[in-house]
This record gives sequence, structure tokens and C-alpha cells, in this order.
Amino acid sequence: MNVLNFAHAFFSDSAHWHGYDGIPTRLAEHVRYSLEALLFAALIGLPVGLVTGHYGRGGNALALIATAGRALPSFGLLVLMFIWIGFGLLPVMIPLVVLAVPPILVTTYEAVRSVDPSPVDAARGMGMPEARVLFQVELPVALPLILSGLRTAAIQIVSTATIAAYVSLGGLGRYIIDGLYQRNYEKVVGGATLVAGLALTTLVVFWAASRITVSPGVRRSS
Amino acid sequence: MNGFFDLPSDLQHSYLGLVGLHAREGLLPVLVALLVALPVAQLCVRFRWVYPPVLGVTTVLYSIPSLAFFVVLIDYFGQSETTVMIPLAVYSLVVLVPGIVDGVRSVPQETLAAAQAMGFGPVRRYLQVQLPIAAPAIIAGLRVAVVSSLSLVSVGMLIGNQGALGNMLNDATTYHRPALAVNSVLTTALLGILADALLVLVRRLLTPWMPRKGATR
Repeated sequence: MNVLNFAHAFFSDSAHWHGYDGIPTRLAEHVRYSLEALLFAALIGLPVGLVTGHYGRGGNALALIATAGRALPSFGLLVLMFIWIGFGLLPVMIPLVVLAVPPILVTTYEAVRSVDPSPVDAARGMGMPEARVLFQVELPVALPLILSGLRTAAIQIVSTATIAAYVSLGGLGRYIIDGLYQRNYEKVVGGATLVAGLALTTLVVFWAASRITVSPGVRRSS
Repeated sequence: MNGFFDLPSDLQHSYLGLVGLHAREGLLPVLVALLVALPVAQLCVRFRWVYPPVLGVTTVLYSIPSLAFFVVLIDYFGQSETTVMIPLAVYSLVVLVPGIVDGVRSVPQETLAAAQAMGFGPVRRYLQVQLPIAAPAIIAGLRVAVVSSLSLVSVGMLIGNQGALGNMLNDATTYHRPALAVNSVLTTALLGILADALLVLVRRLLTPWMPRKGATR
């Protein structure tokens, strides 16, 4: 098992655990990029998805935007933004946000739109204003699906944030890109293992978040 | 000289040649994934207990970053197209299987009973009843798989210029010709949108009974 040997060699080398190129530093950088990108993407995707889903309009326009967002190659966009804007975090954030907005937007829209209409009508009949209908009736019911959209986006961000290293930034991609150019497969495999591990951690975090935030009634019925 | 579609000679392809290469590197894996996904999904439908573990494994595979996946495969397949296409096929598989399973499961029990009453064997029932009814769900999955596969091919540039249109990105930085990067991004995006539109067309042809308006994802 080649890959396992490489991974073992990488993680048992104490030089990989200290300093600016150490695993803790790179991991922290990677998590920071990912969280920032997810935050921006959620700030764009969630409100638009909630409102359009609530009124049930604009589905076709959203599908078009989502297809365009998916079709734009993240890596190409990164290089292009790097050429245009120059060194910095912004050229990395743009492709990551473009990557993450479509799943959040489309799933949120679908989630809110497909909420059972009878409780929504009942809420309106009780005199709830539109905002309360959205936040107190539709949102709790739609939450499991909305979270799954956020989860997809988060995993794609975590695995794509590796390309930040191509434009001289940090993050776990550093190991993969450096290792590739240095023909040091130990480093590459180590970096890949770390990213995959981080992605799996993201899965677990979202699973825990859905256990905590989704109301037990909604969980039972689904 | 320096026209938008004039490529540096180290790319070893004309513009259209790169487009063709990109389409092949992006679409072939999806085709392979579809051929694998159909029987796997049928297994998941037939034996219900298979589905949760299959779903778990595919989710884990999906979380492997493309770049890492490419680089690890170099050890086995060298810096070749195969190395780029295997991860793309795996990602497509992950997108396709749940879609097909949900699609085939959504076929109403009465429809299946009617097919059986008409004397359809399991094979004919699958090909002539279940697959056509599941077609919209399968195509919805294919659309996502095709578009993301085409956009991921570009990353192949990092492993010895195997990224087709993505290879233009490297030249854009080394020769200081930003137009090449613009060209690469736009062409890749257009290719994806075009493939998506074609699949929508295919769905309309395959499912003439569906309403024309709406029902898109």
C-alpha cells in the first residue's frame, strides 16, 4: 500500500508539525479561507433563496444562474482573477463564492417552495405577517434541506480551497502543490489526506448541526 | 498575431482542437459513470439495504479534493488523461446514483403491476417502463455531472498540462497574455452551458408526455 506508507511518513515527520509550514498553521489557514467563503456565499444565497422560494417565483432564472455558476471553472476563474486583481485573498474568494452559491441558492429555493402548503395557509389564517410565516413556519420545515445545500457547498469549498496555493497563498493546498513540483509524494499524499479529513469533519459538523437545530417533529416526519 | 484565438505553439493544439480535447476529457468520464451507475442504482433499488452504505461510500469519495485525487493517481497512471478522467468519473458516479435510485423508486407500484400483467419480464419492464419514467431524474443528475465535470477538467493543467482548455491558463501567466485566461474561462463555461442545453433538449425528446413549461431544476 504505497499511499498508506506515504501518509505515514508524512505524519510521523516532526518537521511537518511546527512553524509557518506546519500542519496546525496550514490547517488554520485552510479553515479560515473555507469559513469566509462559505459565509459570503451564504450571505448571497440564503436570503435570495428564501425570498424567491417564499413567493415561488424566479425558479427558472435561478436555475439559469446556478448552471452558469457551475459551468464557470473555479480554477480558471482563480487564475483570471489573479491576473486581473493581483496577489491577495480576493482572487481566491471570488471563485470559491461562485462555486458555493449555486447549491445554496437552488436547494434553499426548492426547500422553501416545497414546504407543505396547508400549515403555511393555517399560519396566514391565524394572521401571521409574511415575515413570520417565512421564519417561523417555512424555515423550520425547510431547514433539513437548506442544511444539506449548505453542506454540499461547504464540502466543495473545502476541497476546492486547495487551489489557493497555486496563487502563492497558504492552506492545505500548499502541501499538494509544493509536493507536486518537488516530486515529493509524501507531502502530496499527506496534504490530500488532511483535506479529505477536513471534508469528512465538515460532514460530521453538519450532521451534528442538523441534530441540534432541526425540530424533532420535522425530523420524525421526514 | 496575438488574436483572441491564436494560441501559443506549446499548447500543441488549435483552439478547436483544445475544445474537442476538453469535451472528450469531460464527457467520457460521465458516460462511463452512467454505465456503472445504472446497474449500481438497480442493485440499490432491488436490495434496499445496499443503498445506505453505497450512499456513505460515495459521499466520502466526493469529499476527496480533485487536485489531491489527480496527484495521487499520478503514481499509478502517470501524468496522463486517464489520471484526469478517473476522478471525474468518480464524482459523476456520486451525483448520478442517488438521482437514478430516486427516479426508479418513484415509479408507481400500479404501473409496475400493470406492466407485469401485460406479460413484461423483468428486463423489458426495466427498459420500457422504469427507465423512461425515471428519465427526467436521470437527466437532472446528468446535467449536474456533465457541467461540473467539464469545469473540473481545467485543474488537470497542474499535472503536466493535461487540462485541455485549462492549459491556456498557464500560458496566460507565463506569456502575460490575460486574454488567454479570459478565453479559457469563457470557452469552458460556454461548453458547459451548451452541454446542459443539449441535455434539456434530449429530455424533451425522451419524455414527450411531460409538460413543456416548468419542471426544470
